[in-house]
Amino acid sequence: MTTIDTVNSKHPILKKRVQQTINYTVIIMGAIVMIMPFVWMILSAFKSADEILKMPIQWLPEVWNFINFKRAMEVQPILRQLFNTSLLAVIKIFGEVFVSAAVAFGFARFKFKGKDFLFMLLLATLMLPYEVTMIPTFILWSFLGLTDSYVPLTLPAYFGAPAFIFFLRMYFETFSKDLEESAMIDGASWFAIFWRIFIPIGKPALITIGLWAFMGTWNDLLGQLIYIQSPSKYTVQLGLESFSSLSGETLWGPLMAASTMALLPIIFLLIMAQKYFMEGIKTSGIKG
Amino acid sequence: MKRSRVGFLFILPWLIGLILFTTFPLIAALFIGFTDWNIAGNANWVGFDNYIELFGEDAFWNAMWVTFRYAIVAIPMTTITALVVAIVLAKDMRGAGIFRVIFYMPAVVSGAAVAIIFKWILDANFGLLNGFLELFGINGPDWLGDPSWVFPSYLILALWGAGSGLFIFLAAIKDIPRSLYESAIIDGASVFQQATRITMPLVTPIIFYSLVMGIIGAFRKFTDAFILGGAGDQGEFVMVYLYDLAFADYQMGKATALAWILFMIILTLTVILNVSKKYWVHTE
Repeated sequence: MTTIDTVNSKHPILKKRVQQTINYTVIIMGAIVMIMPFVWMILSAFKSADEILKMPIQWLPEVWNFINFKRAMEVQPILRQLFNTSLLAVIKIFGEVFVSAAVAFGFARFKFKGKDFLFMLLLATLMLPYEVTMIPTFILWSFLGLTDSYVPLTLPAYFGAPAFIFFLRMYFETFSKDLEESAMIDGASWFAIFWRIFIPIGKPALITIGLWAFMGTWNDLLGQLIYIQSPSKYTVQLGLESFSSLSGETLWGPLMAASTMALLPIIFLLIMAQKYFMEGIKTSGIKG
Repeated sequence: MKRSRVGFLFILPWLIGLILFTTFPLIAALFIGFTDWNIAGNANWVGFDNYIELFGEDAFWNAMWVTFRYAIVAIPMTTITALVVAIVLAKDMRGAGIFRVIFYMPAVVSGAAVAIIFKWILDANFGLLNGFLELFGINGPDWLGDPSWVFPSYLILALWGAGSGLFIFLAAIKDIPRSLYESAIIDGASVFQQATRITMPLVTPIIFYSLVMGIIGAFRKFTDAFILGGAGDQGEFVMVYLYDLAFADYQMGKATALAWILFMIILTLTVILNVSKKYWVHTE
C-alpha cells in the first residue's frame, strides 16, 4: 500500500472532502462545456451583426432584439418547416408506436410455429446495414412515383420498427398470463385484449418509444434529404441545411436564430419528459 | 380462430414490411452493385467493375482514411470519457439529476442545428473557440478551413457528444452491488483501485457494446460531416461519399457497391471484436 493511501485512510473525512471536490469540479466543468454551445447559440441569436463579429468576444447583446429571427424567417419559412416536421413526426410516431406494439404483443403473448425463427430474423434486421438497403428502397419509391412526398418517410413506420418491437416484447413479457386469461373468460376478443389491456398497461414504454421516434424524425437529415425536393415540403432539417450552405459571416446571427427555433421544441421535450428518456435507457440500453 | 393464428396475424404487418422494405431491397442491392445503373438509362451488367473502379479512386481511399482515422481515435476517446463521467456521476451527489439531463443532451439534440452551431463555434475569425483561445494569447487555427485542423475539429464534436454513451455505463455501474466496494474499502483499496479492479471489469460488456456501436456510428456519420464539410476533403466521411455518388451523381451501381464494401468492413470489425471478447469481456 502506498503512503498516500495510509495517510488518507487515517483522515477519512478529509479524504472524502477531497474526493467530492474533485468529482464536482469534473462534473461542473463537463456540464459547462455541454451547455456552452446552446448558450452561445441563444446569445448569438439576439446579437446585432456588429456584436456577432466582435473580437474579443462580447458575451451579452447590448439590446436583445429579434431582428435575427425576423431575417431568418425571411430566408427560410421556419414556422412552416416546423409544422412540416411535426406533421411528419406525428404520422410516423402513430405507426411506429401502435404497429410495433401489436407485433410485440404477437411475439410476447402467443405461441405459434416458427415464432422463434421469425424473432431471430427480426434481431438480424436490427444489425442489417441501412446503407445497403437505402439505394434500392429509394429506387422502389421513385418507380412508384412517390419521391418528393412524405410517403417514403412515413409508410414504412406502419410495418413496425424492429428495435421498438424488440423493446416492447421484453416489456409485454413481464406481465402475468392472468391478464388475457381472465379477459378471455369474459369473452373479449384478442384485439380488445390488445387495445384495452396491453396498450394501457404499456403506456410508459409506449411513451418512451414515441419520444425516440419523435427524436428520430426531428434530427434525421439524410432520409429527408434523399426524399424531399420541393421547398414547400422542406422540414426543419432541410431548411437549416440549405440555410447553412448560404455562407457569409453576416448570416451567423439569423442562422443561430433559426437553430434556436429548431432546437427549442426538442430541448423543451427533453426537460419535460426526462423521466421517460432515462427509463428507456435503463431497461434496454438501445439508443444509448 | 385458433390462438396461434391470431398471434401470427399480430406479427403479420412486420413480416410484410420485412419482405417489402428489407428482403426485396437486399436482393435488389445484390444485383445493382454489379451494374452501371444511373436511374435514367438501362442497367448493364458490369461484373466487378464498380468495385475495381472504387479501389482505383483517390476519393474512395480518402473517405476510408477519414473514416478509419476518426474511428480509431474518436471511439476510444469518447468511450473513456463516457466511462469516467459515469463513474463520477454514479456517486451520490447533489444535483445529479440536473447533470444527467445536461449530459444526455447530445443524445437527444442532434442533427443539422447542432452541426451549424459547431460550424459557428469553430469559425476562424469570430468563433467561440478561437475567441476563448485568444484569452490565453493563442492564435487559434482556421479549424474547418485548414486541412490539417479538420480532423481535430471532428474530435471536438465527438467529445462533446460523448455524453450520449454515458448512460448505459451509468446503468451498469449502478447495478454493481455495493457490498463489493464496501469489502474493498475495508481491505484498504483506494478510489482509483476500486475503479480499476471492480468497476472496470464489470463494465467491460458495456465497453464492448459501445465499441460496436461506435464503429457502426463512424461508418454512418453523415449529418455533421455533410454540414461541416472541411477543407481538402478531410471531412468527406464514407457516408457522405456514398450520398454524393448515389444522389448527386446518380451512380447507383457504384454507390451500391460502396455500400456492400462498408457492410463487409463493419461486419469484419464486429466479428473481430466478438472473437476478442473472450479475452477481455467479463462474463458472469
